[in-house]
Amino acid sequence: MEYELLEHEADIGIRGYGNMIEEAFENGAKAMFSIMIDLETVESEKNVEITCEAPDIEALFVEWLNELLTKKDIKEMSFSRFKVKIYKDDIYKLEGTASGEKFDQKKHKAKLEVKGASYSGLKIGKKDEKVFIQCIVDV
Amino acid sequence: MDLLNLKRITDYEWELPKQEDMIVPGMIYGNTKIIDHLKEDVRLGKDWNALKQIANVACMPGIQKCSIALSDVHPGYGFPIGGVGAFDTEEGVITMGGIGFDINCSVTTLKTSLKEEDIRKNAKSLLNSLFKIVPAGLGSTGKVRLNFHQIDEVLTGGAEWAVENGYGEEKDLEFIEENGRVKEADPENVSEKAKQRQFKQIGTLGSGNHYVEVQYVAEIYDQEAAEIYGLKEKDVVVSFHCGSRALGHQIGTDYLKKLAEVTKKYGIKIKDRELVCAPINSEEGQKYFSAVCCGINCAFANHEVLTHLIRKGFKEVFPDGELPKFYSIGHNTCKKEYHKINGKKKLLYVHRKGSTRAFGPGREEIPKKYRKIGQPVLVGGTMGTCSFILCGTEKGMDTTFGSAIHGAGRAMSRKRAKRQYRGDKLLKELENKGIYVRGHSMAGIAEEAPGAYKDIVNVVECMDKSGIAKKVVMLKPIINVKG
Repeated sequence: MEYELLEHEADIGIRGYGNMIEEAFENGAKAMFSIMIDLETVESEKNVEITCEAPDIEALFVEWLNELLTKKDIKEMSFSRFKVKIYKDDIYKLEGTASGEKFDQKKHKAKLEVKGASYSGLKIGKKDEKVFIQCIVDV
Repeated sequence: MDLLNLKRITDYEWELPKQEDMIVPGMIYGNTKIIDHLKEDVRLGKDWNALKQIANVACMPGIQKCSIALSDVHPGYGFPIGGVGAFDTEEGVITMGGIGFDINCSVTTLKTSLKEEDIRKNAKSLLNSLFKIVPAGLGSTGKVRLNFHQIDEVLTGGAEWAVENGYGEEKDLEFIEENGRVKEADPENVSEKAKQRQFKQIGTLGSGNHYVEVQYVAEIYDQEAAEIYGLKEKDVVVSFHCGSRALGHQIGTDYLKKLAEVTKKYGIKIKDRELVCAPINSEEGQKYFSAVCCGINCAFANHEVLTHLIRKGFKEVFPDGELPKFYSIGHNTCKKEYHKINGKKKLLYVHRKGSTRAFGPGREEIPKKYRKIGQPVLVGGTMGTCSFILCGTEKGMDTTFGSAIHGAGRAMSRKRAKRQYRGDKLLKELENKGIYVRGHSMAGIAEEAPGAYKDIVNVVECMDKSGIAKKVVMLKPIINVKG
């Protein structure tokens, strides 16, 4: 399993799995975009660079997701593939890429808008030999 | 912490006693049905539960009287949805967890001079006309195009900006909470990113639970109040629900990060990371408050542009149709308000997360026309059931800082709703009941299935019986455009 959507009455919990934390970040992004669009309909025509930083790895996950939401709106794009590298200095830093194409409400089967990723339900864990990271997103 | 041992005050008022780090007790307004649902989440050991969130809010510095949850309560992030927290100006904090990403998400109701049967005769053409004219759904863009300078004017001007620019009418302003503009909004406190995200989103509805609905007055509970509100049986109104769009989302995002640093800087202890906050009287706290005010004004402007579009859409089917504003109120806000604490008038910062203002009779914030009876409280239901208009009360002023519910409140996750309902089947069922729905996403319609929500009649009944807000009329839907 790459990712999972978790039950939450008002909003939605998202969880990304991976062998490494980077992969969990990538799959977490997929989980979030799967709420908004049909990932399989999006072609990787353009890459968008994402950088962000945070004092801890959990907060970095929220930063990463929120930065993707910002870029999606400003560039009017749909994303479906993600690549992440994480460095640790005195704080955690992320360099990533999001691939996708110009947003198309029909083609991408637009569904529900995600307004923001929150610190609620935010945690890292392990399940079936894989690492996961999760949080609640506001829809 | 013992979250299950609630003290029954009346059948509709329950206290979560002060314990451990709680500065004040919690107060929940609901009957046993609502209370049992909350307790069930605790027993099941769910990752997020509203009782814990009520207790978490009760631990925040400077909180006054009690941490409140209204009858539409369900788990949120930070505050519960249906939550109210009022804070002292000196010792208190302002928190992202009490406002959220969709700042000033609001409901507006417009009146018409039409009756139910007029709409029934033209239901499908009106549905299509509204569907076409209101930009909705994920990623939709509006017809209003702005530059950087203009967006600042939106943030400071709110609904006034819209009226000055040809959207809506001057006489609308009196019937919007705060007259459509809060003063403390300084666009300097809003990032370039937030403004960039908003450029094309003015006058758009959004997705999810955002909608435009044509409704009729199905039942009157309080004849005097209904008369003052100008509502008669079978009268048709149009209600819509949407917020501050991407601007609000980005303000939330920016300050979530900033307030995390500020919380650390001031050494404020919080029980949930989402409750990041700043002392109200700090520079950071005031900046966040000002940014929230920008979000509030943006939502006001958005609603006024949508009002204009809906009027246009209506005119295509009913050329003589006038749609005067009945009222417009918001949730997901923080407001500076005067309330009585121990008999003394005191300035407070009141957070309302998924709850609205519901001021009692006589408050000067209420339009003169309605002041005698109390502020109209617009409660959005689900597309298959009904909505309500309530009025604020003295009791609400004394107990909930003049706050009431904002809607039915979800009872089922979106994921479960999608498993249980099918969009196309639902549309047919609703049409058989005389409710015409058109949406941008079938999955979205399934997620908004009436069965996924709490029983709104019960939720409203709890407000009425507890005396927090009194029932005036029930509205039933005929047409619903979903975002």
